[in-house]
Amino acid sequence: MSRTRLATIALAAIVAAALPLVMRSDAWLSMAITTLLFVFLGQSWNVLGGYGGQFSFGHAVFFGSGAYATAVLQVKLGMPAIVAAFGGMAAGAFVGAFIGALSFRYGLRGSYFALVTLAFAEVFRIVASSLGITGAGFGILIPLDARALNLQFPSRLAFYYVVLALVGIGFAISIGLERSRFGAWLMAVRENEDAAKALGIDAFRVKLGAIIVSGAMAATAGVFYAQYFLFIDSGIAFGPHVSVEALLGPIIGGLGTAFGPIVGGILLHTLGDLAKRVMGDAPGLSLVLYGVLLIVMLRFLPDGLNGLLRRLFARSPHGVAKRMPANA
Amino acid sequence: MDLDLVIPAVVAGLTTGAVYALVALGLTLIYGVLHIINFAHGSLLMLAMYGVFFLHTLFGIDPYLALPILVPVFFALGYALQRGVIMPASHGKDQNILLVTLGLAIVLDNLALYLWSSTTRTIDLPYAFEVIDLGFALVPIPRAIAFFGALAVAGLLWLLIARTDLGRAIRAVAKEKQGARLVGIDVEHIYAMSFGIGTACLAVAASLLMPTFYVTPQVGYAFVLIAFTTVVLGGMGSFEGALIGGLVLGVVEALGGLFLGESLGQIGIFVIFILVLLFRPTGLFGSRFA
Repeated sequence: MSRTRLATIALAAIVAAALPLVMRSDAWLSMAITTLLFVFLGQSWNVLGGYGGQFSFGHAVFFGSGAYATAVLQVKLGMPAIVAAFGGMAAGAFVGAFIGALSFRYGLRGSYFALVTLAFAEVFRIVASSLGITGAGFGILIPLDARALNLQFPSRLAFYYVVLALVGIGFAISIGLERSRFGAWLMAVRENEDAAKALGIDAFRVKLGAIIVSGAMAATAGVFYAQYFLFIDSGIAFGPHVSVEALLGPIIGGLGTAFGPIVGGILLHTLGDLAKRVMGDAPGLSLVLYGVLLIVMLRFLPDGLNGLLRRLFARSPHGVAKRMPANA
Repeated sequence: MDLDLVIPAVVAGLTTGAVYALVALGLTLIYGVLHIINFAHGSLLMLAMYGVFFLHTLFGIDPYLALPILVPVFFALGYALQRGVIMPASHGKDQNILLVTLGLAIVLDNLALYLWSSTTRTIDLPYAFEVIDLGFALVPIPRAIAFFGALAVAGLLWLLIARTDLGRAIRAVAKEKQGARLVGIDVEHIYAMSFGIGTACLAVAASLLMPTFYVTPQVGYAFVLIAFTTVVLGGMGSFEGALIGGLVLGVVEALGGLFLGESLGQIGIFVIFILVLLFRPTGLFGSRFA
């Protein structure tokens, strides 16, 4: 890893850790926590969509499975929160394996894969809003019992650091992908699946691995979402806006890059928050902005903010050539 | 099975299905020519439904009379969106097109939410509850009009594609873009025309729907999923497939609602969607119209 990159990471970590000591308001903290949770969701999407080139339009299916599994295990079956949390992650991995096995076995690619994930999210949403065990149309309330063992932290500040650690893990997974053999296979499949197969890469297993990791990560975001807000229903967990959130951050920040989901997610939520302050908390307003931003980005910066930064960087006389191949 | 319940459900399903088919016809035309999946299709339908609603509420224009006003407006809107937004923003890449239309859908849905709130809106019409007695089922008149209206539009579309110069150009572009360009067809213009016609279908669908349906900012999302299913079921780009697919889905939904209850009823549609995508992504009828 280049020295500039290490310095950037260290600086970002220090700033993120120190920020809540400066910004002491509760409103800022809760916004930061939500932002980081969705950054982590974006990181999960990026594993499959960014590095693997498989665009999911239904990442809510994993997020919601995690949230619902943990809530059902904890509230309806009386399991300890920690166990329920792992149950939630496992549920995400399992749903990922299921959807991945089905769609990749039958060779769904591109738009078809996007549509099938969307349909799965919708099926899960309808099922969750109909079954008794998932609270049907009412959703599930998780009782407040603020102990770390319950994954409910006595202060917002503690929760902030927990979610920040999650984002750190997500970042480490991205870096791991960029530097590992599995990641190289995954990116080879993204660039040209047939060529990758010809070189002896088992594209099916590679994509399956990616969707399982991605599903488990998205489910983890769902688990912590449920523990933070203490309430979920079918629309919150499986609604289309979750899937949209998952893909917007990485695409705007930069697909298939470690910084992309972080930069994109923070930019989106900051903009959304600013819009709320300027124009009042009207429903839909921040999403209008997100949509416009998505179209503008695709029009003018198809490789995301990260790509823009890299190009600016590459024009400077230092460290040009050696940075490019690793992420090109 | 109680036939006294099943037959009316099937009839009701066919009338709903005809409108699904109409929405899907626009989508399949766009897919067949441009080879893109237009995610904003449902949102444009939602916009057209608000158009019908406001024309009625503000100016007292009957939904059926709104049709000649909205069809050219939505044709122009579709044409402009394709040439002004979708083409330049996607740089011709497939997945980018999907994302641009997704972005459009997000913008339209939420702009509607922002401007008109999430209130469910309906139109009160004196004739909305008048029915035709078929002997084995009662059909509300607006639904009968929707059924035959949808069939008529399908027929007109077929005539347009099969019998006119524009249709010939559309088929040429759909089949062989470069060849069409070489013989002097303006491909970008044909793309935008197809998108415009596909969007104009939505204005018709909205006029036929509003007398018996409601509109909310989210209504497009439900329709776009059904339209995708219809198109995939019938075979991407196939007109007759979209028509039959729409009718089948309408019946599936009605029967699902009858046997599984309202909330689980729609699940049948998505299960069909997933199964067809997995096992027969070319659809039941396979062929494109080109």
